[in-house]
Amino acid sequence: LTHGSGGRAMVQLIEELFARHFANEWLAQGNDGALLPPAGGRLVMATDAHVVSPLFFPGGDIGCLSVHGTINDVAVMGATPLWLSASFILEEGFPLADLDRIVASMARASKEAGVPIVTGDTKVVEAGKADGVFITTTGVGMVPEDLTLSGDRARPGDVVLLSGSIGDHGMAIMATRENLGFAAPIVSDTAALHGLIAAMLATDAEIRCLRDPTRGGLATTINEIARQSGVGVMLDEAAIPVNGEVAAACEFLGLDPLYVANEGKLVAIVAAADADTVLAAMRAHPQGSRAALIGEVVADDHHFVQMTTGLGGRRIVDWLTGDQLPRIC
Amino acid sequence: MTAVRIRVCGIVQGVGYRPFVWRLATELGILGWVRNDAQGVEIAAEGDGVERFVERLKSEAPPLARVDSVTASVAAIEGHVDFLIAHTEASGRAATAIGPDSAVCGDCLADMFGPENRRWRYAFTNCTHCGPRYTITRNLPYDRPQTSMAGFVMCPDCRAEYDSPADRRFHAQPNACPACGPRLALVEAGGATLAGDAITATLRLLRDGKIVAIKGLGGYHLACDATNAAAVAALRSRKQREEKPFAAMLANVASIAPYAAASEAERALLESAERPIVLLHKAAGADARLAGIAPGLAWLGVMLPYTPLQWLLFHEAAGQPAGIDWVAAPQPLALVMTSANPGGEPIVRDDDEALRRLAGIADAFLTHDRAIVTRCDDSVLRLPGPQFIRRARGFTPRAIRLASAGPSVLAVGGYLKNTVCLTRDDEAFVSQHIGDLDNAPSCAMLEETVERLIDLLEIEPTVVAHDLHPDFFSSRYAATFAAERGLPLVPVQHHHAHIAAIAAEHGIGQPLLGLALDGVGLGTDKGIWGGELLRVDGRQFERLGHLREIRLPGGDRAAREPWRMAAAALHLLGRGDEIEQRYSGKASLRQMLERGVNSPPTSSCGRWFDAAAGLLGVRDVAAFEGQAAMLLEGLAEVHGAVAPLADGYAIDAAGALDLAPLLARLCDEKDAGFGAALFHATLAQALAKWTLQSAMATGIRRVALGGGCFLNRILAAGVRRALEDAGIEVLEARQVPPNDGGLSLGQAWIAMKGKD
Ligand SMILES: [Fe+3]
Ligand SMILES: [Mg+2]
Ligand SMILES: [Zn+2]
Ligand SMILES: [Zn+2]
Repeated sequence: LTHGSGGRAMVQLIEELFARHFANEWLAQGNDGALLPPAGGRLVMATDAHVVSPLFFPGGDIGCLSVHGTINDVAVMGATPLWLSASFILEEGFPLADLDRIVASMARASKEAGVPIVTGDTKVVEAGKADGVFITTTGVGMVPEDLTLSGDRARPGDVVLLSGSIGDHGMAIMATRENLGFAAPIVSDTAALHGLIAAMLATDAEIRCLRDPTRGGLATTINEIARQSGVGVMLDEAAIPVNGEVAAACEFLGLDPLYVANEGKLVAIVAAADADTVLAAMRAHPQGSRAALIGEVVADDHHFVQMTTGLGGRRIVDWLTGDQLPRIC
Repeated sequence: MTAVRIRVCGIVQGVGYRPFVWRLATELGILGWVRNDAQGVEIAAEGDGVERFVERLKSEAPPLARVDSVTASVAAIEGHVDFLIAHTEASGRAATAIGPDSAVCGDCLADMFGPENRRWRYAFTNCTHCGPRYTITRNLPYDRPQTSMAGFVMCPDCRAEYDSPADRRFHAQPNACPACGPRLALVEAGGATLAGDAITATLRLLRDGKIVAIKGLGGYHLACDATNAAAVAALRSRKQREEKPFAAMLANVASIAPYAAASEAERALLESAERPIVLLHKAAGADARLAGIAPGLAWLGVMLPYTPLQWLLFHEAAGQPAGIDWVAAPQPLALVMTSANPGGEPIVRDDDEALRRLAGIADAFLTHDRAIVTRCDDSVLRLPGPQFIRRARGFTPRAIRLASAGPSVLAVGGYLKNTVCLTRDDEAFVSQHIGDLDNAPSCAMLEETVERLIDLLEIEPTVVAHDLHPDFFSSRYAATFAAERGLPLVPVQHHHAHIAAIAAEHGIGQPLLGLALDGVGLGTDKGIWGGELLRVDGRQFERLGHLREIRLPGGDRAAREPWRMAAAALHLLGRGDEIEQRYSGKASLRQMLERGVNSPPTSSCGRWFDAAAGLLGVRDVAAFEGQAAMLLEGLAEVHGAVAPLADGYAIDAAGALDLAPLLARLCDEKDAGFGAALFHATLAQALAKWTLQSAMATGIRRVALGGGCFLNRILAAGVRRALEDAGIEVLEARQVPPNDGGLSLGQAWIAMKGKD
């Protein structure tokens, strides 16, 4: 499908499409913005622009990804996600059927998560000015009065919990985009985590901080926490779950799964005394069935993240300025 | 009667120079005094034999001294009545700070092996002419209380030696004897001390095939019987070091023959006071006699005992003979002596750390109560040159003299084989080998080394230099160090630094050409460089050309898996369909190459070596860094020289050297030995032609050969010969390794140059 010069007829077409999939009381108000009821507490707002190639990949597409990503950013603040907005930048000539699939996927994700998309906008740009479709979502959530989760609260002795396997999303994207015919398909882990987080918070355990290790992967997230808190972290390589096909693909591509993106995993820094409680709550939830204790927070003036490896060594898991640049001289 | 003032410059402090002068003066009836000062040693001499005295100062010196100049000027007669060793001039700092560690001397061996001597079998025997320095010193001045000997109070006998200018142990700071000095202990893995004679028991363990951690000068070694294949295999499996070569310790040069060939020069290097590991050509049958020590390689690293403790093991094996005749006679004992550096971390230094970190590796620990202050690995060299592979014990902290003075610089080196360098006036102090900065203890050692050198050398850096790569710990450390002190940072391109290191040690001030061949280093264009032809002019450089780029499929993984580089070469040659044929199940690699997935292009020469090794089937996956290239060199050497491949390379208009035709030829070569020889011959010729072209174009007739690839002797010799035949002056790294161990010196030299 092509849309001619982006005229009025086409915008109408898109609006109908959104109305059909997203139908809810706020959109039905038909105003420029959504009028929302009082939330009754402190609000958290997060926004995320989603750009992904390919748009469709095993385990998901840009639509559900844009819903999960923002819900997770709100949820790791300890908040209950309430509402989402969505804005679309569409490239002229983008197939309407694809858009329909994406919007349907977003609607499904939003419905499953129980977080409605209450307002939105669409712009169409000339062919070549965008890569199919870009979706920006913003989420608002409410956080309980007595809860503060923050990256600067990790203390030596705390433990590091991970909700499941790493690297699935990034490798699913790469394998699809580059058409690297690996034996077993790799499926993205894209998912909304607020249910798992609610279960964790319900334990009343001393959770210092939650993070979703998206871009830059687990390594980058742990390094951010270490630097924010002024501590070091010692990870145990053997304890970090990595799916076999992801490990194999990473090895083949020369990538370190620690730096590969995830879209449905979280890291929790938890007081050691509460580790078992939180871990049990995580494992009881479908999204945390493979949750693991992967390391501990240590005192370290360098704020190094280190990892004990299978060979009895300890290596630094660096934060990287950019890509994984070669360095072996 | 005449009187003169004499000034002696060089390494003349802390090496027994003043007592040497005292003895000479006493012998010749000269009166006056000798003292240390900021420039070295100053002497006032009067008497009838003054000319003869000056002559002998020029021709003689104690073993650890290095006299650069002796200048005498006429002075007024002062009427001295004796010859005194005066106290050090307090003003100004000591010109020569602290010496390197030195192997035990012959006189001390005679003491240790004289049954009547009070130092019979004493493991801490030393004198002014030998023994530990750098590794036991905490602070300046180099005086016993500032060393790890501080806690040992000299007995009256030792004190008398220490105080007597006529004695070999006059002011020997670590002077000790069984009555007052450090003691040995043999400790079980659990920490319990074993009763009985520690040396006797240790040798028994070694002969039983056990692995013993032995405390050395700059850290612990892991030792086992090198002729016991099972013991070596156990050491490999416990150290998780499957193939990387071990060095062997043999009693003396007379014991080498069954294992390796050593030339006169190699013997001299082995016997030098620095006592490095020297890489020797393996003898026929060496692999059978020393199974598993250096599997598959043409080289064997050999060193001779340098501490009294090591000598005692050989003495024990020889049956505790009296006297020193046995010292030069062939001895059958051969020991593996490998640095105890678990997981690639710095060599283990502290006793409790040894017990903890080596628990699963060593069966017992031969240790003692003298602390190691500064870690220092064994140095590794090879001839011709000699060329450093690793510069550490015996050499640090000796200064490298530069052509001119400049601001004090701290240069922090690269990522692998890291060293740091500090400069003071016209001297550059390159640290001992620190190691790979992929682990926290190595990073901590970098910091500690910088702090210690700053203290020992009394340097206040005013500029900080580092590599362009933003993710090296060294680069980040440099940024922090500079920010805390408000100092300027000088980022230095990796290959510029490789060439500058050579310019620095050779005192070259004019522009020169540099052929920098190594693994990878970040370029100024953010590209991944590694086969560069540069024009270097102090802080400026120009990239005149580079090797044709080849993809690095899998980034750093491609550096460990030569088959990937072979596949990249096939792809480059338009023969990508052969990847699947050669490497079944790896068809995706072709896809990676075609789509450029984690396959950045690089001009690295090391990766061309890997590609050749992969195509010739020499090695698909390397067990340690540089293994494929080492094996390729070994094959070429065994095969013997061949003529270069005609049209094996091309130079394009932009100055890129393309080796694709050579690799195309190697794809179909079944004889790996011939292929290896052909690769070396053609590469050397191509590089020489390429360089000559630039020499003509620029009018610069001096070329430095830098980067780790020049550890390859066939390549270095081939390029040198071809360039020298064309009248080009060729400079190689001699005082630091050509590999990344020399980067810090190059960085420092560039930062000293200042902006213009
Ligand atoms: Fe290098
Ligand atoms: Mg975000
Ligand atoms: Zn001595
Ligand atoms: Zn004594």
